[in-house]
Amino acid sequence: MNYHDISFSGAALKALGSGALWWPDQALLCVSDLHLGKSERVARRGGQSLPPYETRDTLTRLGEDLAFANARQVVCLGDSFDDLAAADAMPDDERLWITRLQAGRRWIWIEGNHDPGPVEFGGTHLQDLTLGPLTFRHIAQTGTHGEISGHYHPKASVQTRGRRVTRPAFLFDDRRMIMPAYGTYTGGLHARDAALADLMQPGTFAVLTGPQPLRVPMPMPGREPTA
Amino acid sequence: MHLLPDTFRNWFSKRGWTVHPHQMAMLERADDPALLLIAPTGGGKTLAGFLPTLTDLSATPHEGLHTLYISPLKALAADIKRNLTTPVTELGLPIRIEDRTGDTPASRKKRQRADPPHILLTTPESLALLTSYEDAPRMFAGLKRVVVDEIHALAESKRGDQLMLALGRLQRLCPDLRRVGLSATVDDPQAIARMLARHPDPCEILLADPGPAPDIAMLTTDEAPPWAGGNAAYSIPAVLEEVRRHKTTLIFHNTRAQAEIFFHNLWLANDDGLPIGIHHGSLDRQQREKVEAAMVRGDLRAIVCTGSLDLGIDWGDVDLVIQIGAPKNVKRLVQRIGRANHRYNAPSKALLVPANRFEVVECVAALDAVREGALDGEPRGPGPRDVLCQHILITACAGPFSASDLFDEVTSVGAYADLTRDAFDRCLDFCATGGYALRVYDQWQRLLQNADGTWQLRDPRAARQIRMNIGTIQDTDTLKVRLRRSRGGKPLGEIEEGFAASLTPGDTFLIGGQIVRYEGLREMTVEVSRNAAKKPKVATFAGTKFATSTQLSARVIDMFQQQDWPDLPAHTADWLALQRQVSALPAPGRLLIESFAHDGREQTVVYGFAGRNGQQTLGLLLTKRMEDAGLNPLGFVATDYATLIWGLDRVTDPAPLFELNTLQDGLETWLAGNAVMKRTFRASATIAGLIQRNTPSARKNGRQATFSSDILYDTLQKYDPEHLLLDITRQEALRGLVDFGRIEEMAERVAGRIDHRELDRVSPLAAPLFLEMGRVPVRGAAEERLLAEEAERLMESSGLAQITPPPADKPKWRMGY
Repeated sequence: MNYHDISFSGAALKALGSGALWWPDQALLCVSDLHLGKSERVARRGGQSLPPYETRDTLTRLGEDLAFANARQVVCLGDSFDDLAAADAMPDDERLWITRLQAGRRWIWIEGNHDPGPVEFGGTHLQDLTLGPLTFRHIAQTGTHGEISGHYHPKASVQTRGRRVTRPAFLFDDRRMIMPAYGTYTGGLHARDAALADLMQPGTFAVLTGPQPLRVPMPMPGREPTA
Repeated sequence: MHLLPDTFRNWFSKRGWTVHPHQMAMLERADDPALLLIAPTGGGKTLAGFLPTLTDLSATPHEGLHTLYISPLKALAADIKRNLTTPVTELGLPIRIEDRTGDTPASRKKRQRADPPHILLTTPESLALLTSYEDAPRMFAGLKRVVVDEIHALAESKRGDQLMLALGRLQRLCPDLRRVGLSATVDDPQAIARMLARHPDPCEILLADPGPAPDIAMLTTDEAPPWAGGNAAYSIPAVLEEVRRHKTTLIFHNTRAQAEIFFHNLWLANDDGLPIGIHHGSLDRQQREKVEAAMVRGDLRAIVCTGSLDLGIDWGDVDLVIQIGAPKNVKRLVQRIGRANHRYNAPSKALLVPANRFEVVECVAALDAVREGALDGEPRGPGPRDVLCQHILITACAGPFSASDLFDEVTSVGAYADLTRDAFDRCLDFCATGGYALRVYDQWQRLLQNADGTWQLRDPRAARQIRMNIGTIQDTDTLKVRLRRSRGGKPLGEIEEGFAASLTPGDTFLIGGQIVRYEGLREMTVEVSRNAAKKPKVATFAGTKFATSTQLSARVIDMFQQQDWPDLPAHTADWLALQRQVSALPAPGRLLIESFAHDGREQTVVYGFAGRNGQQTLGLLLTKRMEDAGLNPLGFVATDYATLIWGLDRVTDPAPLFELNTLQDGLETWLAGNAVMKRTFRASATIAGLIQRNTPSARKNGRQATFSSDILYDTLQKYDPEHLLLDITRQEALRGLVDFGRIEEMAERVAGRIDHRELDRVSPLAAPLFLEMGRVPVRGAAEERLLAEEAERLMESSGLAQITPPPADKPKWRMGY
């Protein structure tokens, strides 16, 4: 597994190519916006019957990352379930799967806007979590420092000399980091979108996920609208 | 015996018209269960289709809907309404005629369902929607006739399959329904007849007098066409001269982009201020209607257009058709020329204008084919199952249904006559449960089986979503373009999302013949301002791209074998001679491959003449093999005759790449992961109802955070590789986009006889390939390398002066599907 080193608010972090954030000093792995049970929710609401495999795909990747990082603490940064009913409706084998991943680990479910309340899974349920210099919460707040959040599913593009490449991305400046969505069935919001751009300060970087995570400055010099 | 009533006969003679023999024949055969009329434009084809209806309604009063008319174009429905109203009014017939399309106001649509007119003019999609309502049996009760106009155009696409499934439905509601098809000249009338008739009913084919042969030639200009490119700017003075000499000229283009550029150039050179308009499918409806109205009034001397004008709209006094760019397909060319002239017995006049020198060759080959009356066509194969899935959902919207009855109905449609019950049941299961190996949706099935064995929607509210997504036309996602102003500036048209994403504020592009400046995106609308720039900065959007038919490709390669080319203009003959001198000309039974460096990349050109789809597949297979061989391919583009592959390393020994066995072995594994399959999947999954283009909430939000269909495709490949939609995708891709048969045929034809030329520069024949749209990226090791390079560069230069943007001299974006 390839990763990219990020020094953020005094913490030495590693952005994994999968979209997970690893904090070795705390043996902590943080993932955001898993949206487990999304296909169930879509079907329940009378929409399409999407391939019901996103939960196992997400959990498979999460299991690999946990093993790689040898994580003893896990922070799920909210919207872990597509809604609370989707958490309740989860089939037994997938529930057991989560329980297996939790075994021997401190597991923290941060509440998200999709799952605003405790779920019937082991672990601790919190609004937010402060650990050393870092605060973990679902949606970014104003006037914070060392904040790590999710919610926006950021993605970013790089114009290479061959083509434009767009991938889910970590965004961070001096004060906050916004994590990409980890779940298999998750779309993305472009980092240029006002909802995201307004949150970030000058000197923001994006780390694109993928086989080799890469850091690029945001906004990218010379590629952005000239005012 | 249905004789023409005296009132009709008198009306005809009052107008100085005589009844055509085929019009009488249609009356005599009015009771045939199915009847196909093949007639040229101007032959009173539509009236022939309606005469049985008009005489029947004039003799016997009828309550409710009598005749349903279906055409592929909304505009055609409106046009026919105008044309039919004239005889109905003048004959004083008590007949109500109305049209119903996506543009019809909701209030009128509602009234039409409660109180249908005698004759309803509509499109396949609007008809499918009508059959989805619970009151469909009441609305269609008493329906006696259905007229399918321009059926040859519908027969080429899934719209035709959808229409025929809907007719199967109507036929069950009205067992005595008579079907009439109206078609332009086609290569295989029997195939159209089989499609039209209820299986296994017979279908007689009536052939009208085809009229005199068209007067068709290649436009000769003082200036030679360029080496490459598609805008034919060189021909502008000569085309203007032709416009001056004729009353009304239609100037056809193969793509919307070419039409825009040509129109722009035409205006710059139009010193006399001749009234010239532009018309294509991406323009705003109001703009198009304005142009159509001006045309009908005779205010325009010429109209620059695309296929949106291809079908039987009555354009009045058109006396010349100009085709810009090679016609790609002989049949379409002949049908297009047929539009030129609505006077039955005068020859249609047409000019072909090649846009570049390769197209000169194609045009000459096409002219030969037209003279020999050799039309081209390919059989379509069995009815597509994604359309069937949509039909099952539409049926469910109308109320509970029996699977056996629906199966009987579906197999009464010619294209689905050989459908097995098992295949049908798999489609039904897909609609009901998603059809996954993992059965998890028992609680949330889309369709539920009742105690009596019938099927129905679990949640009746789902009907709304299904209805919103009816249709088989795969428009690439488009965004509306408006002039920026306070609120609701003037709408100009639409551009494709992929093109919009490539724009940076300040970029200028062409739409509706004007240059506009991209200002920004607001609520899914592209906002632009007028800009007086002389030259648009970026290429305009792409449009439909036609594939050159097999027959034309073969004619071209045969022409290459001539010692010299007296039939070709000197500039093109010289060009071919130059190709022969610096490299070689492709020859039958051999495969020419060229390698050279250009544009900072290593380029390889394979002249397989396997048709665009075959060449595309070849591109995919070869890049896969090149990836394995560590040659770092970056992407490729395919045309009808060649594939151009670019990458980081030079191909020095191509022969091993072309071993048929290894190509074949690679096909299955390769099929799974490539971009064409993903495009095909996206189209089929959308038609079958797995992906919804339109949702009520998306319309509300404007912005959609949906994940891409590629993720669904990858997930299915990984966890459910036997799934129905992957099966459909493979079948669709193999017969259409993949066309592996053509590659096998090529490999056998070539049998290892490869001529590899390593050159020090682009060859004359390869040059046009560099301007082709539709580039397919290869997502392999090379992408990671480029990304790393670029990220490093960006990091180094962050905080420094501006980075020079990439050169804009080639297409910067890829075409969606």
